[in-house]
Parts: sequence; C-alpha cells; structure tokens
Amino acid sequence: MRQTRAIELGTGLFVLLGFAALFFLVTQITNREFGLGDDGYRLTATFEQVGGLKPGAPVSMSGVTIGRIESITYDFNEYRARVTLRIEKSYDRIPDDSDAGILTAGLLGGQYLGIGPGSSETFFKDGDQIQFTQSAIVLENLISKFLFSKATEEQPAEGSAKETTQ
Amino acid sequence: MAVPVVRDLVESVRETLRALGAYAIFAVRLARETPRALWRFGLVVEQVHNTGALSLVIIMLSGLFVGMVLGLQGFDLLERFGSEESLGTAAALGLLKELGPVITALLFAGRAGTALASELGLMRATDQLAAMEMMAVDPVRRVVMPRFLGGVISMPLLAAIFSLIGLYGAQLVGVQLMGVDTGQFWSQMRGAVEFGDVMEGVLKSVVFGVACSLVAVFEGYHSVPTAEGVGRATTRTVVISSVSVLLLDYMLTAVML
Repeated sequence: MRQTRAIELGTGLFVLLGFAALFFLVTQITNREFGLGDDGYRLTATFEQVGGLKPGAPVSMSGVTIGRIESITYDFNEYRARVTLRIEKSYDRIPDDSDAGILTAGLLGGQYLGIGPGSSETFFKDGDQIQFTQSAIVLENLISKFLFSKATEEQPAEGSAKETTQ
Repeated sequence: MAVPVVRDLVESVRETLRALGAYAIFAVRLARETPRALWRFGLVVEQVHNTGALSLVIIMLSGLFVGMVLGLQGFDLLERFGSEESLGTAAALGLLKELGPVITALLFAGRAGTALASELGLMRATDQLAAMEMMAVDPVRRVVMPRFLGGVISMPLLAAIFSLIGLYGAQLVGVQLMGVDTGQFWSQMRGAVEFGDVMEGVLKSVVFGVACSLVAVFEGYHSVPTAEGVGRATTRTVVISSVSVLLLDYMLTAVML
C-alpha cells in the first residue's frame, strides 16, 4: 500500500510537471493572449493592400497593443481587403475619425496595424468601420515608383545639358 | 546461380510485408482495447510511473545539454549575420518543433522502450503470458495495454519538459555566457513563436509516443521465448523505433510546414 502510494505520488508529480511545462510553453513562449475571449469590440477597415498583415497581428496606438487582427477577407463589393480587428474592452475611447495604417515593426519585423487618434468627440462602437486607412507599403511598388521618377527626372536634365552646349 | 539470390530477396520482401501486416493488426487491436483499458486506470498510472517518471532524469539532463549546445551553435551562427538577438527564437523553434519531440523519442526508445520490450519478452520466455491465458486473463488487456498507454501518455509530457529545460539551457549559454540581452532573447521569441508551433511539437510527440510504445510492446510480446530472443527483441525495439521516429518526423514536418 505504501509503495503504491509512493508510485502514485511520483506519477502525479511527473504529470503535473509535464502539464506545467506545456502550459508554460503555450502561455509564456507564444504571443497568444488568453482571457481575451469574447471581450472587447470589433471594428472593420478596408485596405487597398494589406501586404504581410496576418490574423493575430497586434493593433497598436502609439506602440501600445490595444487589440489583435481577427480576420482578413476580400470584399468583392469594394474590391478591397476587409480587415476585422478586435479591440480590448478597456480601450473604448478611440475617436471615430481615427485613421488606421499598416506598418512594419523594424526593418525585418512583422507587420501590425497602427491607429492614429483623430479629434472627434464621438468614439468608435462595436461594428464601426474605420474610414481613413493607409495601405501597406509594397517594396516593389516603391522601387518602381522611385525608378520611374528617376527616369523622368533625367530626361529633361539631358535636354537642358544639350541646350547649354549649343 | 542467381536463383537463390532472387529467392532470398523475395523471401525477405515477403517477411517484411508480413511483419508490417502483423504490426498493423496489433495496432488495430490495441486501438480497440484503448477505451476499456482506460477504465483500469491504476495499471496505467503504474506504467506512466515506469516509463515517464523514471525517464525524467535522463530527459532533463539531455534537454539541458541539448539546449546549451543549441545556445552555443546558434549564437555562433547568428553572430555571423549580426542577429544574435534572434537566438531565443531560433532555440525555441528548434526545440519545440524538432529537437524536443525527436530526441525525447530517441531517448524514450532507449530508456523506456527497451525496458518494456525486455519485460514483456521475459514474461513470454518464462511462460507468464501463457499462464495468464490459462487463467482466462487476456495478457494483451492486462499487461500490454497499460504499458502501451503509459508510453503514449508519458511522451508528450516528457517532450514538453525537454523543450522547456532546453530553452533554459539555451538561455543560460546565450544570455549568461555569450551576452545576448535577456529582454531581446525572450521578447523576440514571444513575438515569433506561434501557438501552432507548440501544438506541432505536441502532435509530433504524441505520434512518436504511439510509434515507440507500439514497437516496444509488439517486439516484446512477440519475442522468441529464449534468452537470445529477448535480447534480439530489445535490440529491434531500439532500431525500429529510432528509424521510424526519424522517418515519421520527416513526413510530419513535410505535411505541417
């Protein structure tokens, strides 16, 4: 009897340790937040281009995480990407003329959604849509725009150079 | 002249197929017995103790050293790209998704798998299993099932402990020895590791747990009832478990990546 109790105690300790390790890995190592559950409220925003934004990415104001991206779908009525965000309940005083932009954390970091506060006296409620949005910057577009402007810059410069020599 | 070679080849292919079939039939039988075996929980607990709790020391020690090596190697590699802050991410992903489940499974095969196989093999050799059948006690139900389930339950827990200890081993070397910033180490890890990564490791370790335990109880239960047969069953357990774990690991990674 005493021996089986010792075995059970050891086993219990082992199982507890295993689950504790698992729990620690899930809660401490990952960026997943529990307890958010169905708390908070949802906002939507449409974007021309969401780039590398993914569900679960943070929504932040001045660098403070106030919520997460819940889903990203394509809206065929507007032909834009529709992003649904879930904002934590305590952040309920976001002016309803605030703007949302897709930004990148660091040079190689992941993308997140930044909200810049507006100046309206009324605040966002559940289900509202953010009107002012700024799309993600796509590097290829940026480079092609840069090259294009370079090319148009150079042509008149060539012309004027000819004129001066004449 | 060539005919005996061909005959041998055909024979060995047929033998392999037969073994595969026997494994499959045994696995189905164990799966069918599982709900009933879970009722006799005391027996399973005893085996969780044997396979899990007693493997704890070797798992923790190995985890620590694997993590420390990961810290050293990872630091050396990442330093070349000037991104040694990512050491936490690299160590966490490496441990959770690969090293944790795989090395735990290999150690498990060596530590617990051999014990199971030789125990069952010796029961077979000393006619204990036959005696049980004589008393109308099904040895698969009474002896094999608890051992199988004990292994399946223990493996994910051992793998989680391994990964956790390994992570602290990597932190020990990376932060204390090599001077990576503690905050960077943990915060970059938290930013990059997803819930799915942890679950991938858990899923892998469950699959490995089933594979290793199945091989151990199968080889032990079906061993030739001699001293030599028990020895061979033990060897086969380690060889077959290790190879199948590495094979399964590749397939699971390819599916889940």
